Amino acid sequence: MNSLPVLKNNLLHSYIPKHMTAVLVICLVLLGLCIVASLVFGSRPVSFNELIDGLFNPNVDSYGANVVRKRVSRTVFSLLCGAALGVSGALMQAVTRNPIADPSILGVNTGASLFVVSGIAFFNISTANQYIWFALAGAMITAVFVFGIGSMGRGGATPLKLILAGAATSAVLSSLVIAIMLPRSYVMDQFRFWQVGSVGSANWNDITTFIPFLIIGIVIGIISSSALNALALGDELATGLGVRTGVLRLVAALAGVLLCGATTALAGPIGFIGLLSTHVIRLILGPDLRFVIPMSAAVGAIILTISDVSGRLIGSPGELEVGVVTAFIGAPILIILATKVKVSSL
Amino acid sequence: MNNTSVEFIIAGRRQRRRRWIVVTSFLTVLACILCCAMLILGNTIYPIKDVIRVLTGEKVEGVSFAVSTIRLPRMLAGLFAGFAFGIGGTVFQTMLRNPLANPNVIGITSGSSAAAVFCIVILQSSNAIVSIASVIAGLATVILLYLFSRGTTFSIGRLILVGIGIQAMLNAVISYLLLVSAQQDIPAALRWLSGSLNGSQLHTLPPLVISVLVFAPITIVLGKHLSTLELGDQTATSLGVNTDKTRIALILSAVCMIALATATTGPIAFIAFLSGPIAKRLVGVGFSNIIPAGLVGVNLVLASDLIGQFAFEVRYPVGIITGILGAPYLIYLLIRMNRKGDF
Repeated sequence: MNSLPVLKNNLLHSYIPKHMTAVLVICLVLLGLCIVASLVFGSRPVSFNELIDGLFNPNVDSYGANVVRKRVSRTVFSLLCGAALGVSGALMQAVTRNPIADPSILGVNTGASLFVVSGIAFFNISTANQYIWFALAGAMITAVFVFGIGSMGRGGATPLKLILAGAATSAVLSSLVIAIMLPRSYVMDQFRFWQVGSVGSANWNDITTFIPFLIIGIVIGIISSSALNALALGDELATGLGVRTGVLRLVAALAGVLLCGATTALAGPIGFIGLLSTHVIRLILGPDLRFVIPMSAAVGAIILTISDVSGRLIGSPGELEVGVVTAFIGAPILIILATKVKVSSL
Repeated sequence: MNNTSVEFIIAGRRQRRRRWIVVTSFLTVLACILCCAMLILGNTIYPIKDVIRVLTGEKVEGVSFAVSTIRLPRMLAGLFAGFAFGIGGTVFQTMLRNPLANPNVIGITSGSSAAAVFCIVILQSSNAIVSIASVIAGLATVILLYLFSRGTTFSIGRLILVGIGIQAMLNAVISYLLLVSAQQDIPAALRWLSGSLNGSQLHTLPPLVISVLVFAPITIVLGKHLSTLELGDQTATSLGVNTDKTRIALILSAVCMIALATATTGPIAFIAFLSGPIAKRLVGVGFSNIIPAGLVGVNLVLASDLIGQFAFEVRYPVGIITGILGAPYLIYLLIRMNRKGDF
């Protein structure tokens, strides 16, 4: 009997995936590289001196130094957005127990879009703070609606049902978005640039608005991760292990929607980050959500920043918006997943 | 089989044929009425007498320009695009035995649309090249779909998932192209996202018209085999249908029509998706619903365009109206399929 707690301890608490340290180191190195690349590359080349001036000498007011300062806020914002989207994807996949869940695929982004556009058109909203609340409401309602339709019938929410419900809902919502926009050209112009998904226009004000949502979402994600592990075994087993599945689902889904809604409000709909980062990390570390959820944040941040930098390089002298880049990296992954997932589970 | 049951079957067939004829003629008449309405209605309403005089080549002061330069091309674009989308959609839906497997959902219209936008915005190419590019892109999308969804066993679910993935990519391309084209104005942008008849011009129509005139008859003739294909490959083969050839011919014709319609009007939302199921409900089973589906497509496009033009204070392009009308039907269909456990 004495060995039981020891065994339990070994199995549940001190278990660390094989490559954890290596992954952690690699992620940190990559994050560092991303930050440097994001500061250095862009349509205007900066010299080393300008870089140092921009970062450490607030008194220097040269053009190059200002470019670097602008890139600092952009980099921070893209790292935060990537982290939020990564965790959001991991949470949604865990809650729906579904490998293809991602805010963009489930139509949650479009819901946020509709509410933001309605806000711009009917309530004259214009600040980041107002955008966020509208986007959150839209994301929340859409998530509930899509999941409601997707989980009807036998077998609960299968990937195919969820994805179709998401696609259909997106279609209605985007028609409504255009219908609202069309008579109002000022909304259209504001929206056209927001809709592609970009981190380029970020300022420190956006970032400070965003951080509380990010922290709340990620903290909830990490706290609920071990309970979500139990949920992965199935509702009955999870209940048997003492998890209140209903409450858990609600809280984790709320956190997921909070993260992606806030990101969408500020950066526009950026797709596939959650899908990509979660699958990459799960491939390396295995399915334990206590590691997958925090590491998805790191991987999401890396992927989004790399996409942003490559968008700047590919689109030079202008830039390719990050939403376009992530769609190009992410959609093939979705296709590969679709061909890999067993037909029976579709 | 005794005599009475044979008579019963014959009577049933006659009844279905009668229903098919009634429905088809009704749809044709309705389409004609809508066509006339498209010519008569506008900022100023012209009497039908004047419209007919213009169409027969007479010059009528004030009427000629509006009718022959603005309303006639608009009507023709709607007519042919609606027919093409309706037929193309129903071919895919019947062949894949799933109403969700239609060009709108699995990304074929997005493929053509992306190619057309690219040619127009970046290359500024001529009408002919736009048409060719959109057809090639449509076919390429189909081939990609086929390759990715083949797997060990064919699964319709996988095909739809792959299609949605491809579509996400293509839509990203379209949004980006619209963004870099600074001179591109808003109506043009919307055309390539959801379809519009605004600004249709007579000289852009020939590719679409020719393709419909060539491929629609082929599809209608092969349509007989289509209903056999619907029974499954083995049954169809044993009933004497060359399944592969028929399938390839049907896909080619359908894609050509859809691609050229998309190159002309943009991917009008949900027409390819809605026409087939509506026609099937009207006609019932047993007879090919290709012609009725084409007619339903025409009626939907023209009616939605009229609604978009005149029902609101603002003029909405046809794609917005069909999007708002069509998507709830898609959701309803999903709910029903989920309840029945079709997945």
